[in-house]
Amino acid sequence: MCPDHDAPPASPASRRGFLFKLGVGLNVLGAALVGIPVIGYIFAPARRLGGQSWIKLGSVDAYPAGQTRLASYENPYRVEWDGASSKVACWVRRIEGNQFQVFAVNCAHLGCPVRWFPQSKLFMCPCHGGVYYEDGSRASGPPPRGLYEYEYEVRNGQLWVRGGQLPTLAGPV
Amino acid sequence: MRLFQSVNKWIEERTGLEAAVAPVLGHQVPRSTASWWYVFGSATLALFVLQVATGICLALVYVPSADKAYESLLYLNYVAPLGWFLRAVHFWGSNAMVAVMTLHMIQVFLFGAHKYPREMTWVAGVFLFLCTLGMAFTGQILRWDQDAYWGLGIAASIAARAPVIGETVVHVLLGGPIIAGRTLTRFFAVHVFLVPGILIALVGLHLWLVLRLGINEWPMPGRLVDRQTYRQRYEEEVHQDGVPFFPTAARKDMVAAGVVMLVVVLCAGVFGPYGPQGVPDPTLIDTAPKPDFYFLALFALFALLPPWTETTLLLIGPPLAIAVLFLVPFVAGTGEKSWKRRPVAVLSVLLIVLIVTTLAWLGVIVPWSPRMQAWSAAPTPVQYVRGRTPLQLQGALVLQNKQCRNCHSIDGEGGKRGPALDGVATRMTSDQLVRQVLQGGGNMPAYGKNLSPAEVNALVAFMETLRSADERPARAAVTPRPPVR
Repeated sequence: MCPDHDAPPASPASRRGFLFKLGVGLNVLGAALVGIPVIGYIFAPARRLGGQSWIKLGSVDAYPAGQTRLASYENPYRVEWDGASSKVACWVRRIEGNQFQVFAVNCAHLGCPVRWFPQSKLFMCPCHGGVYYEDGSRASGPPPRGLYEYEYEVRNGQLWVRGGQLPTLAGPV
Repeated sequence: MRLFQSVNKWIEERTGLEAAVAPVLGHQVPRSTASWWYVFGSATLALFVLQVATGICLALVYVPSADKAYESLLYLNYVAPLGWFLRAVHFWGSNAMVAVMTLHMIQVFLFGAHKYPREMTWVAGVFLFLCTLGMAFTGQILRWDQDAYWGLGIAASIAARAPVIGETVVHVLLGGPIIAGRTLTRFFAVHVFLVPGILIALVGLHLWLVLRLGINEWPMPGRLVDRQTYRQRYEEEVHQDGVPFFPTAARKDMVAAGVVMLVVVLCAGVFGPYGPQGVPDPTLIDTAPKPDFYFLALFALFALLPPWTETTLLLIGPPLAIAVLFLVPFVAGTGEKSWKRRPVAVLSVLLIVLIVTTLAWLGVIVPWSPRMQAWSAAPTPVQYVRGRTPLQLQGALVLQNKQCRNCHSIDGEGGKRGPALDGVATRMTSDQLVRQVLQGGGNMPAYGKNLSPAEVNALVAFMETLRSADERPARAAVTPRPPVR
């Protein structure tokens, strides 16, 4: 078609140089264009997808005064195929009237689910034996702090909490 | 036979594969390397092939979707023909791969194979080791059961301790703000595409380096590695006393690989697949998550480290350990190869193996975990209620009802978190018992607000009876009086 020896004697070097640069350039361009979604897909979650939002926990009547009960909600930032895994459990303590405390079930040590024992009024963690008092403060064991506590509001007899992410030491609920 | 030969000739004429591969397989290696000690590397490779083969088959059925993964595992276990067997081989194969790879690593270290000129072989090997552990962890997540869910919670809680970037790391790890559908697809991609791709490339590099630099000769005490002379001396040894790798040296590799594979198949057939355990519903919190065995030592360490050292050690420890592994051939790249003249190397291996196995064993018996059902499931032993007063019996009830036994055992039953209460009366006076119950301390919560004075009275009255008849009760220490003259 257009082999090199057809070209005038002076041009092959410059043409080959141009072709080489064009080749490099086209590939860099292609890599950059493809790279945007590739990097994006891997690191997108770093942008704190979803964020915090107010979530309804149901009527306050479901929580008798002086008791601590397990409640659960659907995390608002979800996909169709989450199944049960988008459900989040939390401990709701109704002190009296509209005074509540809502705790994440996750132990502040390594995130295992703590269990409430009404008889001794303690939360106990099955993993490494962290224990918390009924107000969520640390009682004993390895946890570096008390239980993570949700911000809450009572609106029209409904209990709302502000949540949306797995609570950890870096990002409490 | 004639037909086979002519077909073979036809293919060889066009591909030249035999001509390319035969010299590689038959290359000369030192006779001393045809040893049973040199079989672990090829056995690990055989296990890797086994994992790839079973993994591909599992991926034909497994659904990497948070709402269907669990069901597809049950389908594999109970419905798909031999699905249970595939899952079992993949599980036991992964255990065996970690184990045999560790043996390989210990062997090459003790035989000085990491020294000049094989530093990069060691470095590639350390990457392979880390990738394999990564496969083990991500594979455990694909089992999408309660252990997987809460195991991720543990991983996130560890990652969150990194300063500044902690929260970002957690979100990237989980693929979102919580453990859910996006987390599973993320781990599926890592386990099935990303890490296996890296592993295959690294295996290629590792093998290329073994071919290029030759298999490490059997180390002779006193024969030091010197950068100037080593390669020449190695060439001479191969030339004078070499054997073809295939079949002479490879025979033992083949036997070992076969044995390891059959052991995996046997374990798979006898013990079956592992899990899935409970359904991955985060609102079912009656669970005590536990990692697979390779991470038990780490799990134990988290329980035993003093809390104030934890974050620092978590952040510095693993990177430091990995850095040390990488640096081994650069710190000790020449000199003595034989373990017989490397006491520090041998002692280091022994120490690390002892520490890891001890921690893993503790991770199996978990003495620090409360027994969450003990208070209602373990009855008070008859000998501890016989002949007690009504007050003491009330105390026995308090001990049971207030979950004391979740952490304290009586007659061997109950948690091991706190000290056993048999014989507590010989160690503490009633005043000390009251104070300990009310104020807690030493890893015990304070029960001051949660017990009425009557309950404390009864509880301590009962605990005062917890000693055998021939033991004296504890007495308060008193200042000794000067002897009367």
